[in-house]
Amino acid sequence: MGAESGRSAAREGNDRNDTPDGSADSLPAAGPSLAEDLDDVWVVVPAYNEAAAIGPVLEGLTAVFAHVAVVDDASSDGTGDIAAAYPTVRLVRHPINLGQGAALQTGFDYVLRDPAARRVVTFDADGQHRAADALAMVRRLGTPSDLGAPLQVILGTRFGPGATAGAGRARLGVLRLAVAYTRATVRLPVTDTHNGLRAMTREVVAQLRLRQGGMAHATEILERVRASGFAWAEHPVTIDYSAYSQAKGQSMLNAINILTDLAIGRSR
Amino acid sequence: MIVKALLIVAVVAIAAGLARGGARRLALRRVGLAVFALAAIGGVLYPDTLTWVAQRIGVGRGADLMLYVLIVAFLSYIATRFAHDRRTDRRLTDLARCVALAEAPPPRPDGR
Repeated sequence: MGAESGRSAAREGNDRNDTPDGSADSLPAAGPSLAEDLDDVWVVVPAYNEAAAIGPVLEGLTAVFAHVAVVDDASSDGTGDIAAAYPTVRLVRHPINLGQGAALQTGFDYVLRDPAARRVVTFDADGQHRAADALAMVRRLGTPSDLGAPLQVILGTRFGPGATAGAGRARLGVLRLAVAYTRATVRLPVTDTHNGLRAMTREVVAQLRLRQGGMAHATEILERVRASGFAWAEHPVTIDYSAYSQAKGQSMLNAINILTDLAIGRSR
Repeated sequence: MIVKALLIVAVVAIAAGLARGGARRLALRRVGLAVFALAAIGGVLYPDTLTWVAQRIGVGRGADLMLYVLIVAFLSYIATRFAHDRRTDRRLTDLARCVALAEAPPPRPDGR
């Protein structure tokens, strides 16, 4: 049941020129492409003060993907300089701190400048995601969903079968609360709502206009998926809750912030 | 009655200060300000009228009425500020994004 499919069949007209991604786009890569069929894939990494973690993250990503864009959200700890040291990584720097949602939107605007970009991955900078999961999710884009439409959105989930969420019990409780709340308000039967690992096709990304600077952008993405009737599925992913990411932003307080953002965001 | 003079001067100064500013809904705001200033000056000069008004609408004293009006005014101020801040935030975000993208390298070095 890890792959629940969206209801895109109802809105066939929205899936404009849905070429099944991947197979159609096999132009030879002029850049340092690693796998030829991944030359149309961009990985967007929003980063704010992740100097301690982003190095290994970019090592892992650049080993798999040729096109990685880091959006440095005005970090004060040299995160951007670390990212700039990777020659294949494109660095976009916010002049002021705008929040993770804004960083993602900047990354989307940036990769859409590349006319060859067909598939986009969002990937957290704190080391909790695995590049192998991102690759598997990218490869699922364009494959038929349970309803037969080519998948346009793959959402990483910590709670499906095959996923591991090595989180504490209290945090899991809050996360599940956020999931229940989002399921009820967005009316999309997802099992995880605040997972930063996603794969989307270009047409999905082109329709995203994230207004929430903070964490509630995750909900905005789900709302767009439902409103546009994109074909979606979840993909079980492994989350590495290192001591670092534990200490960083993944505290209970952050979960409370997510819940508050959600509640306020709904009324805006 | 120095306090009366001070209060009237303060009301006039605030009204004059607020009358300037953006062109949008300026006329409405000016009318509202005139009403506010007249009412405030009247209240300062004839405190009994305030009490009279308060009793007509079911509030005990004029001072209580003042407090309630102040609370409502404060809350509406917060609301307008909040909306204004959000608009400013959005414009700031758009601007900062423009700067970030303008300074970013092209996605593909070969410009394909």
